[in-house]
Amino acid sequence: MPPAIRHSTSASMRTGKILAICAAAWGAMTHQAAATEVPKRVVSMNLCTDQLAMMLAGQGQLHSVSYIAADPRASAMVEEARALRLNHGLAEEIYLMQPDLVIAGAFSTRATVAMLRRLGIPVVVFEPAYSLADVRDRILHMGDVLGRSAEAEAMVADFDLRLAALQQDVQTRPRAVLYYANGYTSGDQTLAGEILTVAGFDNAAADRGYGAGMKMPLEVLAVTNPDAVITSQPYPGASRSEEVLAHPVVRNLRAVKGAASITDHDWICGTPFVLRAIERLAQDRETLSGGAE
Amino acid sequence: MRVFAGLSALVACLFVASLLIGPAGIGPGESLAALVAGDRGPLTLVMREIRLPRAILAVMIGGSLGLAGAAMQGYLRNPLAEPGLIGVSGSAALGAVLAIHTGAAVAFALALPMAALVGAGLGVLIVMALAGPRGTSLTLILAGVAVSALAAALTSLVLNLSPNPFAANEIIFWMMGSLADRSMTHVWLALPFMAVGWLLLSRLGRGLDALTLGEDAAQALGIRLTHLRLGLVGGVTCVVGAGTAVAGAIGFVGLVVPHILRPVVGAHPSQLLWASALGGAAMVLTADIAVRMILPERDLKLGVVTAIIGAPLFLHLILKLRQERI
Amino acid sequence: MSVLDVQNLSVSRRGRAVLRDVSFSMGVGELVGLIGPNGAGKTTLMRAALGLLSCTGQSSLTALPEAARAKHAAWLPQAREIAWPVSVETVVMLGRIPHLSSVQNPTETDRAAVDAALAQMDLSHMRTRAATHLSGGEQARVLIARTIAQNTPLLMADEPVAGLDPAHQIATMQSFKALTAQGKSCLVSLHDLGLAARHCTRILMLDQGQLVADGPPTEVLAQDRVKAVFGISAWYQDTDQGPVFQPLDVVR
Repeated sequence: MPPAIRHSTSASMRTGKILAICAAAWGAMTHQAAATEVPKRVVSMNLCTDQLAMMLAGQGQLHSVSYIAADPRASAMVEEARALRLNHGLAEEIYLMQPDLVIAGAFSTRATVAMLRRLGIPVVVFEPAYSLADVRDRILHMGDVLGRSAEAEAMVADFDLRLAALQQDVQTRPRAVLYYANGYTSGDQTLAGEILTVAGFDNAAADRGYGAGMKMPLEVLAVTNPDAVITSQPYPGASRSEEVLAHPVVRNLRAVKGAASITDHDWICGTPFVLRAIERLAQDRETLSGGAE
Repeated sequence: MRVFAGLSALVACLFVASLLIGPAGIGPGESLAALVAGDRGPLTLVMREIRLPRAILAVMIGGSLGLAGAAMQGYLRNPLAEPGLIGVSGSAALGAVLAIHTGAAVAFALALPMAALVGAGLGVLIVMALAGPRGTSLTLILAGVAVSALAAALTSLVLNLSPNPFAANEIIFWMMGSLADRSMTHVWLALPFMAVGWLLLSRLGRGLDALTLGEDAAQALGIRLTHLRLGLVGGVTCVVGAGTAVAGAIGFVGLVVPHILRPVVGAHPSQLLWASALGGAAMVLTADIAVRMILPERDLKLGVVTAIIGAPLFLHLILKLRQERI
Repeated sequence: MSVLDVQNLSVSRRGRAVLRDVSFSMGVGELVGLIGPNGAGKTTLMRAALGLLSCTGQSSLTALPEAARAKHAAWLPQAREIAWPVSVETVVMLGRIPHLSSVQNPTETDRAAVDAALAQMDLSHMRTRAATHLSGGEQARVLIARTIAQNTPLLMADEPVAGLDPAHQIATMQSFKALTAQGKSCLVSLHDLGLAARHCTRILMLDQGQLVADGPPTEVLAQDRVKAVFGISAWYQDTDQGPVFQPLDVVR
């Protein structure tokens, strides 16, 4: 709600000014330190940066992560997140935590990021990972930002090793479609699409020309007639958006073809957890091929 | 009779067209063959599980809205009475949303249409109580604005409180209505309630005719007004509730269709009932085809199209009413 | 044999008696005028007798079930309401509703009754026109034709001639007279005492909810009674042109 925020800032102009002056003074001191020194009090406000930061941060370096990091449906690191303070991505809340660095995602609220910067807090914005190569980049970038480059390089080396082990020659690649709420699919140039391909599937949506986050009508799915439909895990509390996953067409395709893989928290972010997703999906493929033979 | 034959033919043509149009791009002969033959292949799946329920629901819901609109207008003797406009559909949507988000709909499938029925019933009763037996346009519109706004606000509240992150984005579905990705399950869920509603509303014809002369005269003509009122509330509740439960609130159909068809049937309230039922089916089928032709990949809501057609007609109606009063 | 029998009919609204112990009985072939100043209870009496509002006392009509009552008595309310632009003959055909079963379409008998009613009210030439586009007086005649088409032994009309031109006022009263000649009875509330004196066979006079006089016009319209109830003086004489009643002055 940008208008509301704009209104409230102009209304509390005086308070804002005082805050800004204090912040500028305080920020000036810490900012210089942050440029050369390692940040000591880091707040992350995006699910994916949360997880990367939790993996790489040193003891006590990470102060707070977003509340979504503690949601088992979205996050692969619930336990770790619960040990930290949780934030809700609100500028006021984060400012009062007095961080010396804030890490945000590209999709974090622009207004929040802008406000934090105006208050003199350095904010690093991470792009989401669109491929496995991006995952390596993000790990290294996070290592850089947190002053933990050595750990990041070790993690990337391990990532490369495990990924290489997973790359295998698959004789018959089953055709699969990723199908999410509201009928969205992931085609080429998406992390999910790459997970699918590495796990030995053919992305049938990509073959039909679907790109990132495009809507695939139910009838196109039916005519595509894939060997596997991989759907997202439903959230609690019903929604009409997810109802499509229970439509007779989807149910039918999934029932006939057997394997019923589900995308979960390992799929969402560009972290080493995607390897776990690939492993699980590859197992499903083997069951599927085995069952077909 | 010619009007009915013409409208029926129109509905039949649109029904077939609705079956033939879709993003899968199957030829007409091929699709109809797949529909009839049924070999469990993907084409049959498309025809029987996606397009057929969609077309059937368009007919059912359009017919219901047209019928309900004509009946309410006949009873209130006001051409502005329409389930969508006066908040009946909105309250039905609230009922449906409550059933879905409290989990009642999962525990018991019929809870969804029944909750929508309760919502629609309350909506009708509130509007009828506020507008009085002969709803003047002003009270009717004010009552409608109030009921619609309250129902929409409560629907948004329920959806915002849902633990499901998708729910909040579905306000537009409940406010605008859509037939995308509905299945036969939805047809069977709505059909029994709608059938009851059609039966109740179809018996109102003579009473509505008599009401042309006012309540007193109608009563003296042997019409039992209490029965008439009960039949109307029951019928509108059933058809609007069941329709909204599966496809959201679709506005303007019950307003526009009787308005267009009234001169065609000589303003006869009883004949307008069935003409509007057919006209409503034709309008929703057309809107649903338009939705698929204009922006196939965007899931444009039905109510958007019906409102684009309906709102200017509504303004025209208000202008006409004002001129008549002067 | 009576077509309407009313005994001790009383109606009170918000604790105030608007009709008190009215009793009368109407026989076959009577044209009864119901007169009284504004607020005397004319409309209330007729609606109560029809069972359209709750009352105490008896009326032979309220004892009948709705369908039977509609075949026995036709009612023309004062408010001339035609809600939709339906054709004149459609409006008149509404009078046939009590004679149709729930799914039946109009028969030849129904059409004949409508034709006769249209002819009687001089409307045959405008039968296909939209009733709402007619003038007020024409609409009034259409609605009278509707009650005639109902073809009941008793016709009750609340101020049927209000707003009609003199020719149609007289013609309407003559239509009622013609109905009584066919063995029907009419109860008509009127403000025009001249019309009442000239056309009615009997007059009921109401004042403040009570029946103050009931009898032939010459008896009811006596000088002092008219003066007491209406507060007017009048000239009333049986001339060789028939009875003439002409109000003259306000005396109160």
